[in-house]
Amino acid sequence: MSELLQQIINGISLGSIYALIALGYTMVYGVLRFINFPHGDAFMVGAFVGYYAAPRIVPLVGGSLLIAGPITLLLSMLVCSALGVTIEKLAYRPLRPRPKLTILITAIGISLFLEFGGQLVFGPDPKSFPTLLPSAVIINTPNLVLRSTPVIVIATTVGLMLLLRFIVMKTKLGTAMRAVSYNQSAASLMGINIDTVISFTFVLGSSLAAAAGILYGSLYPSINPLMGVFPGLKAFISAVLGGIGNIPGAAIGGFIIGLIETFVTGYLSPTYRDAIAFGILILILLFKPSGILGRAESEKV
Amino acid sequence: MLTVERLEVRYGGIHAIKGVSLSIARGQIATMLGANGAGKTTTLRTISGLVKASRGTIRFEDVELTNRPPHEIVALGVGQAPEGRMIFANLTVKENLEMGAYLRKNRAEIQNDLDFVFSIFPRLRERIKQPGGTLSGGEQQMLAIGRALMTRPRLLLLDEPSLGIAPILVKTIFEKIQEINRELGMTILLVVETGELMIEGKASEIAKNEGVRKAYLGET
Repeated sequence: MSELLQQIINGISLGSIYALIALGYTMVYGVLRFINFPHGDAFMVGAFVGYYAAPRIVPLVGGSLLIAGPITLLLSMLVCSALGVTIEKLAYRPLRPRPKLTILITAIGISLFLEFGGQLVFGPDPKSFPTLLPSAVIINTPNLVLRSTPVIVIATTVGLMLLLRFIVMKTKLGTAMRAVSYNQSAASLMGINIDTVISFTFVLGSSLAAAAGILYGSLYPSINPLMGVFPGLKAFISAVLGGIGNIPGAAIGGFIIGLIETFVTGYLSPTYRDAIAFGILILILLFKPSGILGRAESEKV
Repeated sequence: MLTVERLEVRYGGIHAIKGVSLSIARGQIATMLGANGAGKTTTLRTISGLVKASRGTIRFEDVELTNRPPHEIVALGVGQAPEGRMIFANLTVKENLEMGAYLRKNRAEIQNDLDFVFSIFPRLRERIKQPGGTLSGGEQQMLAIGRALMTRPRLLLLDEPSLGIAPILVKTIFEKIQEINRELGMTILLVVETGELMIEGKASEIAKNEGVRKAYLGET
């Protein structure tokens, strides 16, 4: 019983990471209708910002993780927002009138650029992520050891999701984002500047990816420039599972994939972990391409 | 108020508009009639900046509109309820109307206009929390017009407001359009479809045309 509980907690904390990244995939898909492949690499950059910033920030605030943690998180979110907006402006915006495939190939190019540029700048060897979250033991029984790290990861994720929900559902810019994702022409007839809304979407998505990077580094403290590849793919699967373009769907999909992976690792074998995740992708695409919460959408001609 | 001169639009290889000219005076309800494919919708879309003009000029109150981005044209005072209504199906009626007021800051004025929209289309008030996609065709048309009104345009472009809605509502919609023109002094350019011709002229003259009266003004 308590082993199951342990697995569930592990699954939800891993799922939190996937969910946060998946939200960015799904939001960008919502407004631009393409998969922003470098998104997984924004997650990596987020972790590296934390890696370099945390050791400088912690002494500045007298060693208090309670203050250093949120500051590092915010800084990383800020840096990644700037990165996301820059990529969109330089690489995607000029290609927007072109066929979608052009942007998709560009996206893959940028992804590779960030991965191998990252190896050049940060070095290809794994780095040990600094301690940012307190890892006190909360519960300690023979079968269940609960540390504070996953609890903080889950709480931060839920907090960010509620904040995102508020922004998307209650603010003017968030409503404009939903309007743009439904119909760009109609949105521009309302006086909405489409470019601004798209930039804003990249700010939201990239900052969530950055947060995921920091949380991931705190859960699994070894980071490297290629670390974004697999979590990025898993998050993409999560977004598709939830229904691409659907924001609550991405969150739910992330948690489901995180739980499934943890259960497969724990009860079956770690060898099957990735195969099962990709198997799920194939099954969804075959039988329910619109995902759990997505609406069936016909291609506009 | 609006002057379009020798407007030409090409989509890829297709010459969609070949030299349309028109002018509208302040306070008028002008109507553009023409067959399907005559380029009426393209003309409106070009005025609003959704489509690039390849030649010709569009001027609104001495400001050149030609090939400006759509959101700037809205800011300059040209609103449009587009063909096919283009309601945000995923947004509530209230949110759709709020999007119309996207560029506006004065809350009191926005509330006033919201009240005006609800006074001419009480149906929308009843449906205020419903997603736009759940409305009937006629209600969506009311919402499309209401949403365009919320941009507070000095010139309102209405593309086929009678298309695809119940005949009984067509009359209501056209009455409301007249009411908007009368109450707000808003200039309106209306596009409606006819069999073959394309007329540009005063509303009063076109309204005398028997065929137009039968087909579009709800008279029998």
